[in-house]
Amino acid sequence: MCLAIPARVVEIQDNIAKVDFGEGVLREVNVALVEAKVDEYVLVHAGYAIQVVDREDAAETLRLWNELLSMEESNT
Amino acid sequence: MISLKELAAFRNPSLAKQVTERLQGLAPSYTVKFCHICGTHEWTVTHFGLRSLLPETVEIIAGPGCPVCVLPAAEIDEAVKLALEGVTIATFGDVLRVPGSNLSLAKAKAEGGDIRVVYGVSDAVRLAKAEPEKEFVFFAIGFETTSPTTANEVLNEPPENLSFLISHRLIPPAMELLLGIGDLHIDGFIAPGHVSTIIGLKPYEVFPSAYYMPVVVAGFEPLDLLFGLNALLRQIKDGVAKLENEYSRVVKQEGNTKALNLLRRVFNIVDGRWRGLGRLPLSAFALKKEFEEWDAREKHGVRIEKGRDIMPGCQCHLVMIGKIKPSECSLFNVSCTPESPKGPCMVSSEGTCRIWAKHNVGH
Ligand code: SF4
Repeated sequence: MCLAIPARVVEIQDNIAKVDFGEGVLREVNVALVEAKVDEYVLVHAGYAIQVVDREDAAETLRLWNELLSMEESNT
Repeated sequence: MISLKELAAFRNPSLAKQVTERLQGLAPSYTVKFCHICGTHEWTVTHFGLRSLLPETVEIIAGPGCPVCVLPAAEIDEAVKLALEGVTIATFGDVLRVPGSNLSLAKAKAEGGDIRVVYGVSDAVRLAKAEPEKEFVFFAIGFETTSPTTANEVLNEPPENLSFLISHRLIPPAMELLLGIGDLHIDGFIAPGHVSTIIGLKPYEVFPSAYYMPVVVAGFEPLDLLFGLNALLRQIKDGVAKLENEYSRVVKQEGNTKALNLLRRVFNIVDGRWRGLGRLPLSAFALKKEFEEWDAREKHGVRIEKGRDIMPGCQCHLVMIGKIKPSECSLFNVSCTPESPKGPCMVSSEGTCRIWAKHNVGH
């Protein structure tokens, strides 16, 4: 039920966006809960986009993870 | 824009191997128990066999994070009663086979009830508009992830032949309940990522500050969980209790403010019953008085207070709080199977019993 899947916004008209889950088929989702732009990734749950995936934070998380692994290697 | 390739980096197997090795070095000599509160987390943990990768002293248990499982029988009974009275019920597929006190919605359907499975609330609105001669009720279940979608449709002038049977629940009160169970001994929480995209971090602050309980908000890739565990073990090793967010790519401090405003506008927070767990204070959403014409309980005069939550022999209420494993229930995979489920934890795709049975775990 709380499953949410990222999809790319292809087109937005009012509160309805056409999104691509990577299957090549476009599906309609409601974007009333987010401020999404075309080409951004949104997290889709039960027909609604519930959040925009933040690219910079995603990159930052991966950077931190890598850093953490190399850092703890030397001091634990 | 983030690309699919960048998202795939969150599945990097070599990183997973490295972090698993880190966990071995961080684990204490005594057993620690971390609790998640999300069916999708249980799916990731079980599907990727994460429990077998963990140090021997680290245990992951599943809390009441399956919205269908926690639904009290009385609220199923309300939907069943409406269906048998000729109202068309639209709801999520997972709800159909969940036992009520006497009938499930699937059985009500077999007895002639009109039950439609929908993917989300917007589908229910569409159906009601397409068949204006029929009376529709959307049976609205789910946690804070799902509740804003219902709130949005309630505010959007729903058709006159549609009303809402609201059974939404809130996660943080369930986490507090777990801490009150004296012999459960939880050492940290893995907070549900998608609930958190909506509610943000603030509702969890009480756990480290008042209960000295480490909390990490985690996503749903194996790496998200492994790094989440790394953070919890690190806190334990350092003797601190903090709230950390490992899922910052979608979880913001303030949450989803648009969604939170909708929730505030449409719902009051009231006491709610949870299957087998009793009444939890301020744990459920209810429509505000100004929306009562769309409240199915008001419109159709249906309000059932008491139901039979626990089927004979079923231990789902103990599985749901992580007190026992599904395999400790004597009916597990014997007379209770995914094909012929006895309790809600075997019905729902997010129920711990079903996830274990589907993955052949716990034999
Ligand atoms: S295995 Fe079936 S009967 Fe046992 S606790 Fe799970 S749902 Fe209930």
